[in-house]
Amino acid sequence: MDVFLIQLLNGLDKGGAYALIALGLTLAFGTLGIVNFAHGALFMLGAFCAVTVQQILTMSVKVRDESITFFEAYKEQPYLEIWWGDTGTAIIDYAVPISILFVIPIMLLIGLALERGLIKHFYKRSHAEQILVTFGLAIVLQEIIRAFFGANPIPTPAPDIVAGSAAIGSFLGLSDNLVYPWWRLIYLAFSSLVIFGVFAFLKFTTFGMVVRAGMADRETVGLLGINVQRKFTIVFGLAAVVAGVAGAMYAPILPPDYHMGMDFLVLSFVVVVVGGMGSLGGAVTAGFLLGILQSFASMNEFKAIFPGIDQIIIYLVAVIVLLVRPRGLMGREGVMED
Amino acid sequence: MMKLTLKNNLFVMLIFSVVVLTAPIWLSPIGANYPDLLQKFAIFGIFAIGFNILFGLTGYLSFGHATFLGIGSYSAVWCFKLFSMNVLPGIVMGTVIAGIFAFLIGYVSLRRSGIYFSILTLAFAQMSYSLAYSVLTPITNGETGLQLSSEDPRYLDALFSVEVTEGLPSTNLFGQLMSGYPGFYFCATLLIIGFYISLKIFRSPFGLKLRAIKSNQTRMRYTGFNTRPYLLTAFIISGMYAGLAGSLMAVTDPLAGAERMQWTASGEVVLMTILGGSGTLLGPLFGVTIIKYFENIFSAMNTSTLNEFFSFLPEFLQSIMVSISQHFVGEGWHLTLGALFMLVVIFLPGGVMEGVTLINKHVRLKLGLRYDDPSVAQSEPSGIEAAPASLTDSQKEEKK
Repeated sequence: MDVFLIQLLNGLDKGGAYALIALGLTLAFGTLGIVNFAHGALFMLGAFCAVTVQQILTMSVKVRDESITFFEAYKEQPYLEIWWGDTGTAIIDYAVPISILFVIPIMLLIGLALERGLIKHFYKRSHAEQILVTFGLAIVLQEIIRAFFGANPIPTPAPDIVAGSAAIGSFLGLSDNLVYPWWRLIYLAFSSLVIFGVFAFLKFTTFGMVVRAGMADRETVGLLGINVQRKFTIVFGLAAVVAGVAGAMYAPILPPDYHMGMDFLVLSFVVVVVGGMGSLGGAVTAGFLLGILQSFASMNEFKAIFPGIDQIIIYLVAVIVLLVRPRGLMGREGVMED
Repeated sequence: MMKLTLKNNLFVMLIFSVVVLTAPIWLSPIGANYPDLLQKFAIFGIFAIGFNILFGLTGYLSFGHATFLGIGSYSAVWCFKLFSMNVLPGIVMGTVIAGIFAFLIGYVSLRRSGIYFSILTLAFAQMSYSLAYSVLTPITNGETGLQLSSEDPRYLDALFSVEVTEGLPSTNLFGQLMSGYPGFYFCATLLIIGFYISLKIFRSPFGLKLRAIKSNQTRMRYTGFNTRPYLLTAFIISGMYAGLAGSLMAVTDPLAGAERMQWTASGEVVLMTILGGSGTLLGPLFGVTIIKYFENIFSAMNTSTLNEFFSFLPEFLQSIMVSISQHFVGEGWHLTLGALFMLVVIFLPGGVMEGVTLINKHVRLKLGLRYDDPSVAQSEPSGIEAAPASLTDSQKEEKK
């Protein structure tokens, strides 16, 4: 039971990341009809926003270390600590949550600029060309990041208060050995929140209603005198924000490096296709489902029977789903049927 | 009398062979005439020609073609280990085994089209890559990569009592070592053969059917064509080209690693084909030459060569230029590649070949010469006219 629960949680938090990226991909695809291979790079940019915020906050100066009296010793002390003392230390500690405040506007701008500057010109081009140009863009973005931050992963710790593990076992009345890192639980809660937020936004606001109507029948909505294009551009920005915050919050779990976007992108595309192109619910369901499957497949019991199953399970499931249910789990008729 | 035009296969092949075989001479002014690079041109040329048969003709974008490259390499190295250091069995085995895998993967993947096909091929490629890295270590030797060793049996060599040399044996063609220029000429010969086959396919009813599938598959189906066997044949042929290229890599350097199967490697061949111009005969070769040449030049550059290059500028301009451009060379070569790729897809979706056509048209119109638009005359039939024309042709074939 313990093992089961741990694997379930493991799968859920990984699935949360998949679901968030897949959600953004599906939003861009469902509204603008764009297959965006640069979406993983947006995830990575979000993570590096967190890194940048952390580096800015910890900008430090060399000062004399008072605790050592035998000789002249120096240590690095962040400016914030010097100016504000303990408050400064606390701010540095909360670098990742603070970075979310910056990630949202930055990613929104990047998303809008990307849509107006590049994606706009590719509505009418074939899907193959869209894939190719965004693939090129992804390479450019990740190489720029590498030029600035180097090739090594950069550790970005979570706040100290949630650095440890939560005793879920004793909380649920199970064994005391069952513990799980706090930050991963927070990530799970956070991703659920974002997903519900996006769904509520689309479901209960006028803006969301217009967007859904536009996804169903763009022409008619346009004839009603609504500027569908502008709404869709904003939706693309929103997709970029979702990817960005997903990346920023994932930084403490996986130290960001320049190719993390590509690693997640391939999996997220598989997730989108399994869920069904253009179906938001499908993307989220498939994200969590595949995350959980992957985590269970990495248990030793399964690996003993099928060696290497943890590496290929997602792709295997994708192949089977696509062959049995050609539109994916929840795909609608008429989307990408050519 | 034989007309000497580009429509004549023999004439085309003659020019092509002369150009390829004299490559060491005419490439020397730009400093690309050393064997290693020439071998790369030829090998990736074969890879891209094969990819173009699938993507250029049918429009099916496979994102997992590097799998066959890797399989070809592994098979060839195993052939060197088990049977003989002679390269012929190696490349035959590499090609055939890649063909078998292409049949299996193609049979499943081709049940879907469009982006689903891309994702399926990508899924298979990632599966093969992960398996080659982890579980299949007894066959692939995992991260280290498959290498030759002096304890290998080499049954055929033992049978014909080929003399054993000290240290690791090298690949050879009946005694001729496959390194340096002989290696290049061997690859070049295979490139010429591969180009000939591709030429024949492009100009055959089979090629026409593949083009018709690209322009309107539904229409093909409605007229009673089962398109899948044609697609599968194209997929297998292009997989075998990749296998051949992979085994040639093993010939020039007997070592096979899983990173050859990574999806970035598949992306690279897509890139080369698009850059040159997909769906054209020569385009992929241009793409390969351009990318491999600049990869070679750019990744070798560093700050001091840049300083030298910009030394004609005033000092402050020089330092600015160097500090900007240093991100694009050496380690940052991929940045240049990505940017170049985006520019091509945005402004010149037909690749270099489209540029050539445009310039040709412009010049001819300027000079007041007659200009036959090749896109009207033959290839690249546009949606409406294409399907009926190709159907009548192929129906004639069937009736015969």
